[in-house]
Amino acid sequence: MLEHVELFFKSIFIDNMVFATFLGMCSYLAVSKKVTTAVGLGAAVIFVLAVTVPLNWLLDQYLLQEGALSWLGPEYADYNLSFLSFILFIATIATMVQLVEIVVEKFSPGLYNSLGIFLPLIAVNCAILGGSLFMQAREIPSLGLAFNYGLSSGIGWFLAILTIAAIREKIRYSNVPPPLRGLGITFIITGLMAIGFMSFGGMLTGGDEEVAAPAPQVTQEQEEDVKNTKEEADEQTVSFNQAIKE
Amino acid sequence: MALLSKKDSNLILDPLADNNPITIQVLGICSALAITAELNASIVMALSVMFVLGLGNVVISLMRGIIPSKIRIIVQLVVVATLVIIVDQVLKAFAYELSKTLAVFVGLIITNCIIMGRFEAFALGNGPWRSFLDGIGNAAGYGLILVIVGFFRELLGSGTLLGFPVLGDPITKTGLYSIGYENNGFMLLSPMALIVVGIIIWIQRSRNRALIEEN
Repeated sequence: MLEHVELFFKSIFIDNMVFATFLGMCSYLAVSKKVTTAVGLGAAVIFVLAVTVPLNWLLDQYLLQEGALSWLGPEYADYNLSFLSFILFIATIATMVQLVEIVVEKFSPGLYNSLGIFLPLIAVNCAILGGSLFMQAREIPSLGLAFNYGLSSGIGWFLAILTIAAIREKIRYSNVPPPLRGLGITFIITGLMAIGFMSFGGMLTGGDEEVAAPAPQVTQEQEEDVKNTKEEADEQTVSFNQAIKE
Repeated sequence: MALLSKKDSNLILDPLADNNPITIQVLGICSALAITAELNASIVMALSVMFVLGLGNVVISLMRGIIPSKIRIIVQLVVVATLVIIVDQVLKAFAYELSKTLAVFVGLIITNCIIMGRFEAFALGNGPWRSFLDGIGNAAGYGLILVIVGFFRELLGSGTLLGFPVLGDPITKTGLYSIGYENNGFMLLSPMALIVVGIIIWIQRSRNRALIEEN
């Protein structure tokens, strides 16, 4: 249980996909102009990550790893198919996204209308493939943890795109120097937010027993921190503008 | 450029500046930021992308008549994944240390938006030779930004270039360090990559006002 809690908060805050590893930056920058679309894409990312990471975990465990085929019989025990992981992972993701799209369209037209247009975009979002590849690289030990990892990394991504979309909606009213408008200022704000998120790094550095125990209490503070980070970024840009005016 | 007609040479030169994949088209940001703490990792990444994009564009362009448009994304993914597996295996065989540094980011070339973006925007509608030039050009534009970012991050962050100490030795205090210069370790951390790219965009758009976006 404790390892679940630890992994959950670690993937959301410390190893945040956008701020620590820059995964899914393309859609993060392209779709963050409005909060409503950002929420739609964020929700779709959570959903697809939570489905594909455990699925790819099963593939990795029973097909790709060295010795993974030993369930077929002892003569297959020393096969190592891990060079196939890229192609298999991406095929799983593309298929799952299509499947999810078809199922959602059939059974929940409402959800399809809000999520549907984002699903095809997601097959080529690096956050999704990155989630599976990091799951493989970090050797996540069980199916439950793999699901947890997919879900919480998705939530981390959602949080990141939501905050940047909110900031970008506000920044429209401020006087950014013309060459920085649009893309440039978004990069710099993201950089400042990433610096803010680095402060979460101290969260899980205690001894093994102390690690997970304080985590649930810390969360409220963290949520405040997220708000603070966001406000800080806002303030930064505001003071920047004032400086320009002066 | 006697080898290439004017139209063809533009295919290579445009992405280097006014139509740069990273700073203007906003494609392929993830890997550009994550692996640029060292210059040689940036160079290897740029070469890998050039290989994948150049060949991938040719393959897609040759198959453009026979790919049904409904399943083209999956076909494109398979082509890229195959090329990326080749790159990954070559790196593992000949540059093992470097492939450890690049880690999952070699695999993430598959979902690098530059690749899919160029397949969709160019290779599906043009012949193989022009597609090849377009692929090389865009990969070069991508590589240019990677090398610039990697250069500044490695120089200011660890005082080396390609692993050679160019500013003197920080421990024995030679070169610049003898007058009190310190490495800025912050440059090696991930947020600074974003800020460096932001500054590059700033400089580029200040020089060419036509590129300025609406707020």
